[in-house]
Amino acid sequence: MHFEYTIIENDFANAGTASSAIKKTLKQLNIDSAKIKRVVVAVYEAEVNAIAHAYGGTIYVDIDGEQIVVRIADKGPGIPDVALAMQEGYSTASPKVREMGFGAGMGLPNIKNNVDKLDIKTEINVGTEITMAVKF
Amino acid sequence: MIYKIYMKIKEIAKLLDATFITGEQLAESEIDFAFASDLMSDVLTLKQADRILLITGLCNIQTIRTAEMANVEVVLFVRNKNVTNEMIEIAEEENMVLLQCKYSMFRAVGMLYVQGLQPVY
Ligand SMILES: Nc1ncnc2c1ncn2[C@@H]1O[C@H](COP(=O)(O)OP(=O)(O)O)[C@@H](O)[C@H]1O
Ligand SMILES: [Mg+2]
Repeated sequence: MHFEYTIIENDFANAGTASSAIKKTLKQLNIDSAKIKRVVVAVYEAEVNAIAHAYGGTIYVDIDGEQIVVRIADKGPGIPDVALAMQEGYSTASPKVREMGFGAGMGLPNIKNNVDKLDIKTEINVGTEITMAVKF
Repeated sequence: MIYKIYMKIKEIAKLLDATFITGEQLAESEIDFAFASDLMSDVLTLKQADRILLITGLCNIQTIRTAEMANVEVVLFVRNKNVTNEMIEIAEEENMVLLQCKYSMFRAVGMLYVQGLQPVY
């Protein structure tokens, strides 16, 4: 199965709509709820990042019998130091992002904790591509 | 001695003089654990558990989305926050109970804690 979702620049109100759709799909496939939670928590944090730190992008979802692979590709400033960004507590979030309940520098570490495979490709002034996989 | 403490949602509502914004039909359901935070990234680190109550002062669409992703079934907003129609729509779709009370976070949390409601951590 393949799905794609568009993330629109600055569209804070719709952050989570893709994660929500993925949750419904996985539920229909009778995937274990603890596993679904791991997937959607990771995708949701990444979705918020694509809105909070970049200018939107596209989410590509592939599901087969063995795993779900989600790739979140944004158009944005890129991440200058990925190792630093992965550290808990590191954040460049705006006050607006903090008002939404994010911006504590916990997103990327939590994504890593929830998925079986994580790959981050990033290019300055081009964008960031986060690919994550969870095995069923 | 091993024993299990839980509270019915209606007991929580009564104790805190809280009103149901959505999910009143689930008032007889039970809650095992509670967690309080205004930081949604923090809520998203909760390990999978059933029947969690989130107590929060953050009242926006992200609160509802976070509860959805974290499998939080009941959200209590303290200090009479304004819940929008958009939030209610998603909460109803997700079968989520939204409660609202006038007490502060400190007071609401304290009152539930002395009842024996268990913390997540
Ligand atoms: N998609 C992205 N594009 C550009 N920078 C990003 C992106 N995702 C994360 N970052 C950077 O990494 C930091 C840490 O991200 P994260 O752990 O999710 O915490 P937070 O979003 O709370 O700041 C961000 O503050 C930002 O500087
Ligand atoms: Mg983040």
